[in-house]
Amino acid sequence: MIRLDGVTKQYPDGTVAVDDLSLTAPDRAITVLVGPSGCGKTTTLRMINRMIEPTSGSVTIDGQDVLAMDAAQLRRGIGYVIQHGGLFPHHTVERNVAAVPLLLGTPKKQAITRARELLELVGLDPALGRRYPSQLSGGQQQRVGVARALAADPPVMLMDEPFSAVDPVVREQLQDEFLRLQGELGKTIVMVTHDIDEAIKLGDHVAVLQVGGRIAQLARPAELLAHPADNFVADFLGRDRGYRALGFDSARVPLHDEPTVSLGATVSEAAARAGSDGWVLVVDDRRHPQGWARPADLPGEGSIDERALALGGTLARVDGPLRLVLDAALSSPSRRGVVIDGDGALAGTCRATEVLSVIETRERPSDPGDPISHPAS
Amino acid sequence: MSWILDHLDDIVSLTLRHTWLAGVPLVIGLLISLPLGWLANRHRRLRGAVIVGAGLLYTIPSLALFVLMPLLLGTGILDPINVVVAMTIYTIALLVRSVVDGLGSVPDEVARSATAMGYTPVRRFFGVDLPLAVPVIAAGLRVAAVSNVSIVSIASLIGVNQLGDLLVDGYNRAIGGELVAGILGCVLLALVLDLAIRLLERALTPWRRAGQGGAA
Ligand SMILES: Nc1ncnc2c1ncn2[C@@H]1O[C@H](COP(=O)(O)OP(=O)(O)O)[C@@H](O)[C@H]1O
Ligand SMILES: [Mg+2]
Repeated sequence: MIRLDGVTKQYPDGTVAVDDLSLTAPDRAITVLVGPSGCGKTTTLRMINRMIEPTSGSVTIDGQDVLAMDAAQLRRGIGYVIQHGGLFPHHTVERNVAAVPLLLGTPKKQAITRARELLELVGLDPALGRRYPSQLSGGQQQRVGVARALAADPPVMLMDEPFSAVDPVVREQLQDEFLRLQGELGKTIVMVTHDIDEAIKLGDHVAVLQVGGRIAQLARPAELLAHPADNFVADFLGRDRGYRALGFDSARVPLHDEPTVSLGATVSEAAARAGSDGWVLVVDDRRHPQGWARPADLPGEGSIDERALALGGTLARVDGPLRLVLDAALSSPSRRGVVIDGDGALAGTCRATEVLSVIETRERPSDPGDPISHPAS
Repeated sequence: MSWILDHLDDIVSLTLRHTWLAGVPLVIGLLISLPLGWLANRHRRLRGAVIVGAGLLYTIPSLALFVLMPLLLGTGILDPINVVVAMTIYTIALLVRSVVDGLGSVPDEVARSATAMGYTPVRRFFGVDLPLAVPVIAAGLRVAAVSNVSIVSIASLIGVNQLGDLLVDGYNRAIGGELVAGILGCVLLALVLDLAIRLLERALTPWRRAGQGGAA
């Protein structure tokens, strides 16, 4: 557990970057610090590994005061990831990953072997280990940065905008893999980002910082979206807040039986099963939805193959968040949202109006918040 | 031409002495410039002082410095040590700046991530900052090498033998072949030192030759 207690940082030029900030980052969870540029996120993060010394207040990790520890020793036990990875350009990728183990005295051979395993863990071909960082794409460098931070298996990781420098598609991919990895490794992570969507996606807890280095709200993502503490937080959360909050709210919605045809059925079979709007759902032999077809648009004597399928809507899981369930309905060509069970087989279809009726019965955004949130001080 | 062939032994021994007088200060100067540059790079105020001071040192006329050395060091007038020390001073004057610039060229985020990973200052210097500063330092070293080769020839005027003797003697006695030998010797020596430094730099910076864009 990382604890910041009444931490203030005033730079020599008088700038107060962080002002009396208290924060607890629980074990095995991702705590995200999010806020506009210049609000003191990086300063806060760097006070945890003593890259910056607080003007006042205390920082402890598992009850140990970091200021009382040897700085280099402390840092070797904390993984640190920054934008672009901050890789050493003059070392090969595997030598980069092996850096901290080598500092800790691990024999070179062993450290390099371990580095290759880590490259694999973060989804890279270990053969890339022989290259230099300049020979990797931005996304690959970022993965190497994560592998390097994990190399000595530190219980704590600090990440400063780790995914900001890559394009949105790669970012999404890195975030998903990062969550998967964290699910396996369970590190205690403090992450900094200016991207509220990233904060909400990755954070178990999210601290919204305000310029001047003060916490405007600390809450779980769902809570933040449903009950922003003040106008600053609400503005920062931006548009679609209500809709995005549905991403954290799961509830059963009424499901309807949906007539289906199998891939390979004749068009006339399909026409017989199609609904009044002419759309029919196509499934494979394991009843996994494949897409929608409209037999009326197809040549009468043909059969239903992949080319006959219209671009399908999104799929929602039975127990999935309401946001995805609603989206499944809205994105479906038939407006009937396809809902699948845990194995990916068809469970039924849902209707947008009925999803909305369910939403109507859920907790309202005006309801009181959960205990970890507190108003801006 | 025949003069050169007749005096080949002399030319070779003068060349070796010249190499020694120009090369040894290059190495010593580098070894002194590294910590100096490191300190200057860490402390902003020191940095200005060191750079200005080094610039001033280089403006001292070489003959004056050669003549001053015995007074400062208590050495004999003809002692080659005088030249070695003076040349070391010139080398430092040129190189400190390169070391400061080289260390300053290390990207902030690279230096910072080294610190964040638990590199101690000394380890960071040898493991990260210095290797990354090699290209800039090598460029300075090449300038210093050429400069040393040319300044050392002045030492003939205070009786320390090297290729400059050929220039002085060839001029005084109007021996064309001797003058040519002196000039060619200096130029070739400068080129060889330059090449040696380049090869060394190449060996120390394999990553700079790694082609960009291995994968998408
Ligand atoms: N070394 C420094 N000296 C003076 N001011 C600084 C320094 N580093 C950061 N600041 C200032 O402190 C504030 C917070 O900076 P920072 O922690 O980097 O913010 P963020 O990471 O949220 O963008 C900013 O106003 C910034 O200009
Ligand atoms: Mg920042």
